[in-house]
Amino acid sequence: MHVAHLSLTDFRSYAEVELPLEPGVTALVGPNGHGKTNLIEAIGYVATHGSHRVASDAPLVRHGAARAIVRAAIVHEDRRALVELEINPGRANRARLNRSPVPRPRDVLGMLRTVLFAPEDLAMVKGDPAERRRFLDDLLVARAPRFAGVRADYERVLKQRNALLRSAAKSGRTRAGALPTLDVWDSHLSRAGAELLGARLELVAALRPLVATAYSALAPSSGAAEFDYKCSTELPDTTDREVLAAALQAGLAAVRSNELERGITLVGPHRDELALRLGPLPARGYASHGESWSYALALRLAAYELLRADAGDPVLILDDVFAELDTQRRARLADFVAPAEQVLITAAVPEDVPPRLAGARYDITEATATRTP
Amino acid sequence: MYEGVVQRLIDELGLLPGVGPKSAQRIAFHVLAADPVDVKRLAHVLLEVKEKVRFCRICGNVAAEEECRICRDPRRDPHVICVVEESKDVVAIEKTREFRGRYHVLGGAISPIEGVGPDDLRIRELMTRLADGEVTELILATDPNLEGEATATYLARLLKPMGLKVTRLASGLPVGGDLEYADEVTLGRAFEGRRLLDV
Ligand SMILES: Nc1ncnc2c1ncn2[C@@H]1O[C@H](COP(=O)(O)OP(=O)(O)OP(=O)(O)O)[C@@H](O)[C@H]1O
Ligand SMILES: [Mg+2]
Ligand SMILES: [Zn+2]
Repeated sequence: MHVAHLSLTDFRSYAEVELPLEPGVTALVGPNGHGKTNLIEAIGYVATHGSHRVASDAPLVRHGAARAIVRAAIVHEDRRALVELEINPGRANRARLNRSPVPRPRDVLGMLRTVLFAPEDLAMVKGDPAERRRFLDDLLVARAPRFAGVRADYERVLKQRNALLRSAAKSGRTRAGALPTLDVWDSHLSRAGAELLGARLELVAALRPLVATAYSALAPSSGAAEFDYKCSTELPDTTDREVLAAALQAGLAAVRSNELERGITLVGPHRDELALRLGPLPARGYASHGESWSYALALRLAAYELLRADAGDPVLILDDVFAELDTQRRARLADFVAPAEQVLITAAVPEDVPPRLAGARYDITEATATRTP
Repeated sequence: MYEGVVQRLIDELGLLPGVGPKSAQRIAFHVLAADPVDVKRLAHVLLEVKEKVRFCRICGNVAAEEECRICRDPRRDPHVICVVEESKDVVAIEKTREFRGRYHVLGGAISPIEGVGPDDLRIRELMTRLADGEVTELILATDPNLEGEATATYLARLLKPMGLKVTRLASGLPVGGDLEYADEVTLGRAFEGRRLLDV
């Protein structure tokens, strides 16, 4: 698939911009802070309904404006769709598909699939477990949009259960009274958790060979890239949702007194970790800067391979990644991404883009985009 | 900020559900410009509703007398009770004409985030109603969202030892929403296809 046109109103530094795009490689080139990343962030938003840079929507709306609008014309196998998102921080967003409103923005998830490489990806290797959980869950949603609902359901149950534990921890009074309702939340949490957990376990298994291959191609002389999914409670070796739900429920029962003491939920997918290794050592805390970068790229490339196998090429977006890599890794990465249907690249210096990825180019200065032949 | 009583009116209106500061201001200025007779009628009905309308002693539904119209109606099936969160759900279900039993209004759903636990709902009153054994089926028609499901699970477990037939509305209702937003046909179908709850 590819994006044929992007148009923004009051998004980040752009009051108004129209950006016609084509299949193949397009580079967005311009000085620091002039609005390159803002453009690709908007495309990422159409795909995920979130930013790769910030957790909330407020910074996406141009300073002084009340709401932002992102429109993207998407071409997938000769079919053209127009997706429009209205970003209303603090209120519900609105979405339109081919000019007709849809009941919920979630209904247009999946119209555009992207894989975005960005400097922030380094946090997947060096950062907290939450970063790796997000990588897995975002990929689940990208592969099957219904997981946006699964994820939201789980987060809602977790919030309710934590609120109950917190109030029980605060007042000894409700501790006995809270128990029957805690049982109810346990079974709802286990069921929602098992859905998420099972999907993550299947995803991890699918990613394993793809990450190993991508990593060894990017960094042939380094150790092997491997990983394990570490659950917050003991799991049988299965992805059967019923069995997983029972395991989670047993795990919750085992830590209950501790939970009542601390007032938080200690077992469930929100406490799990995707433990990355390079050879015999954990990646986090041991891998070099360059190795960490290659690992992050390998994770994204593996995501790209999976999405591609599911339903054809997603749009590849490379934000400022080449500047971080040595010549050899640049060339290897270029080889991986060159065949994709559409590749969008941002770079402050045009020389950072490898020759293999020569293509169309826009100069981005002061939040205007000018096509350069 | 407006002066004295105008600002107080805006503040009071702003406390109403679904009324933000902008609408509160708009309504306040509408009232200022309106005919005094119309405003008096509104003020009067506001007071009257608080004085005259109360909650049915049996089911908790809004009622003009001590017991509501449905609880007093001898043609309603005394063996089946439909448990709902709010009075407005009774209205929604009545519209479907699928249900001939009586209701029990809980006054909300379990939601620790909002500080609502079982003790804050009319569950004790429900248990009292079930004590004499006349009721044989209970339909749990709480909202098809997480809090409604949790409340249904809680009730089903609580009632299990009593050996009643406990059913839940069929799926097919818009998930995550309120019962009152389901259209009549969908809600009617959900009633027909209700299933036994196994907890
Ligand atoms: N909500 C907003 N309203 C107005 N301007 C904004 C908003 N958010 C960001 N900006 C501006 O956008 C600019 C950053 O744009 P962007 O991140 O796209 O830069 P870039 O071209 O990718 O730069 P670099 O080469 O440094 O990565 C900053 O100058 C910032 O002040
Ligand atoms: Mg940038
Ligand atoms: Zn009544």
